[in-house]
Amino acid sequence: MQAKGTPDMLQDKDRIFTNLYGFQDFGLKGAQSRGNWDGTKALIEKGRDWIIDEMKASGMRGRGGAGFPTGLKWSFMPKESDGRPSYLVVNADEGEPGTCKDREIMRNDPHTLVEGCLLASFAMNAHAAYIYIRGEFYHEASNLQRAIDEAYDAGLIGKNACGSGWDFDLYLHLGAGAYICGEETALIESIEGKKGQPRLKPPFPANAGLYGCPTTVNNVESIAAVPTILRRGGSWFSSFGRENNHGTKLFAISGHVEKPCTVEEAMSIPLRELIEKHCGGVRGGWDNLLAVIPGGSSVPLMPKDICDDVLMDFDGLREVGSGLGTAAVIVMDKSTDIVYAIARLSEFYKHESCGQCTPCREGTGWMMRMMARMVRGEATLDEIDLLWDVTKQVEGHTICALGDAAAWPIQGLIRHFRPEMERRIKEYRARIAA
Amino acid sequence: MSHLRRPAPKELQPVSFAFTPENLEKAKKIIAKYPEGRQQSAVMPLLDLAQRQTEGNWVPTVAMDYIADMLEMPAIRVYEVATFYTMYNLAPVGKNFIQVCTTTPCWLRGSADVVDTCKKELGIGVGETTEDGQFTMIEVECLGACVNAPMMQINDDYYEDLTPETTKAILDALKKGEKPKAGPQSGRKGCEPMGGPKVLKAFCGCGAAPQDADASEGDA
Ligand SMILES: Cc1cc2nc3c(=O)[nH]c(=O)nc-3n(C[C@H](O)[C@H](O)[C@H](O)COP(=O)(O)O)c2cc1C
Ligand code: SF4
Ligand code: FES
Repeated sequence: MQAKGTPDMLQDKDRIFTNLYGFQDFGLKGAQSRGNWDGTKALIEKGRDWIIDEMKASGMRGRGGAGFPTGLKWSFMPKESDGRPSYLVVNADEGEPGTCKDREIMRNDPHTLVEGCLLASFAMNAHAAYIYIRGEFYHEASNLQRAIDEAYDAGLIGKNACGSGWDFDLYLHLGAGAYICGEETALIESIEGKKGQPRLKPPFPANAGLYGCPTTVNNVESIAAVPTILRRGGSWFSSFGRENNHGTKLFAISGHVEKPCTVEEAMSIPLRELIEKHCGGVRGGWDNLLAVIPGGSSVPLMPKDICDDVLMDFDGLREVGSGLGTAAVIVMDKSTDIVYAIARLSEFYKHESCGQCTPCREGTGWMMRMMARMVRGEATLDEIDLLWDVTKQVEGHTICALGDAAAWPIQGLIRHFRPEMERRIKEYRARIAA
Repeated sequence: MSHLRRPAPKELQPVSFAFTPENLEKAKKIIAKYPEGRQQSAVMPLLDLAQRQTEGNWVPTVAMDYIADMLEMPAIRVYEVATFYTMYNLAPVGKNFIQVCTTTPCWLRGSADVVDTCKKELGIGVGETTEDGQFTMIEVECLGACVNAPMMQINDDYYEDLTPETTKAILDALKKGEKPKAGPQSGRKGCEPMGGPKVLKAFCGCGAAPQDADASEGDA
């Protein structure tokens, strides 16, 4: 464990996604030259318990947003089949605004994911896995399909995968434009050929998921990291980042930085270092920073003073009232209309609500309309409190976390930029009074 | 989706639909991906196939009925799926279907200018189609390419790192029937920082260790 963040930049030898930028061949030959598919059979021969234990030791927490420990999640799957098959489902829906990391894995390093699917499925007693990829990712899907076909042709997956005696089939399933299908039970519904509406839990997917069978849903990055973790050992992965926040991690930095990019870094890297080392800094310099949304659109924003020394990991961001989410860092400089920036997210959540539960269906509309007025200041001061109340009525009162995701950005805005909201209202009221 | 999406009016609806023999083969392969008795899982890929086959890049109601028959499921279940997922066009769209992302990360980097440029160069508003049927433009939510913002999707291709100038150049090329090069329009390859990767240099053909990097591989 490192005491304070990471002293130096992560070294290339410790990067998992070495073809992240796509300068090399994404195909099997290229992948093998980068060390993928090396000794996969031997890893399988070490057995299911060994794999799950290594994943636990690695400290990997799910990269899809919620950060649930991956090894622990796998251990919930039944060890013996009761007659039903088990499934791994990979979540490649990547729709959380700001998030664009899984795309790079799938188009540039797809064999990391294919090999990860085999190892994870074996560990969970699953002979089949489905990768659910958002439909807009046409070229990403085509590269990934090529990797799957190559793996079949080379005997790496399919019957007797890698000569291990384990049969494994891997299928790609394309979505068709619905952010809500990133929610794991909506995703399962969607694969079953239905509208993507989340299910009530319990039952949890590990008991009754795809086709009513035991299922684990994992993010692309979580699964694609597995082969390297198993080859190098859980303790290698856990040597990065602070206690409880281990590993390397893909960060996608967008918005007002000089050079937006995606980069694999050690967990717990200070936000400022991430932006200054990899993105050429904030446009106009660090002091020109207004706020950062550190983990995709659904986590609350942080004003500059928090950004100055916050560490990019689950606990560090939670302590300051935000979250690591998908590690999609959205940077906003002082030129930003911060109220509009959040109002636009409210539009997003209104658009993407599946409409199943009343607080979310009605609440996202309410929040969107109130936020639109807040942008122009067309409100009264006490409506800020009313808006806060609406977010509280939605948060925690819905079937899935989309309701929370719609509420949190607004809560963050009110918490940190209330004076700006009030200023607009006062100016508006002065204008109409004149 | 909670906003209304309804099938096109009767006048626009063709009276029949069937997969071409080639697509019928594809459909069989798709259905085989799912377990016995779970053929309903194929509804989304088959709707996509039907849309790609249909002039005007949309899914007519007869195609939904045809797919319902093929998968032995009630037609209403297919209608539900077709209206729920926004990638199924329920009425014909232009030959170049332009989807400009305007969600916050793209907006921060100028997506409003991209929309304005499209409006001006094409003479249409958001959600409209040019009279010659060449272009339809809509605004969409995050397309998962935010570090290459602002961006738009035209048919299956992403055009990224846009400016008003490069947006216009793309539209001009399309008007001439050319196919502009997809991807970032800024000179960078992908999601690395502008000016070249800061890390993984040895893997990018721009660092110490020489690599016979094959950067030319396309999508199958
Ligand atoms: C509205 C909503 C959208 C989500 N979208 C995604 C997504 O696009 N990709 C993803 O991996 N997880 C997404 N999630 C989280 C998944 O439900 C699930 O927690 C995750 O895929 C589990 O994988 P992990 O344990 O590897 O993180 C979403 C959750 C919600 C509530
Ligand atoms: S919270 Fe919203 S998106 Fe989730 S199930 Fe309820 S209505 Fe649907
Ligand atoms: S916000 Fe436009 S691609 Fe993500």
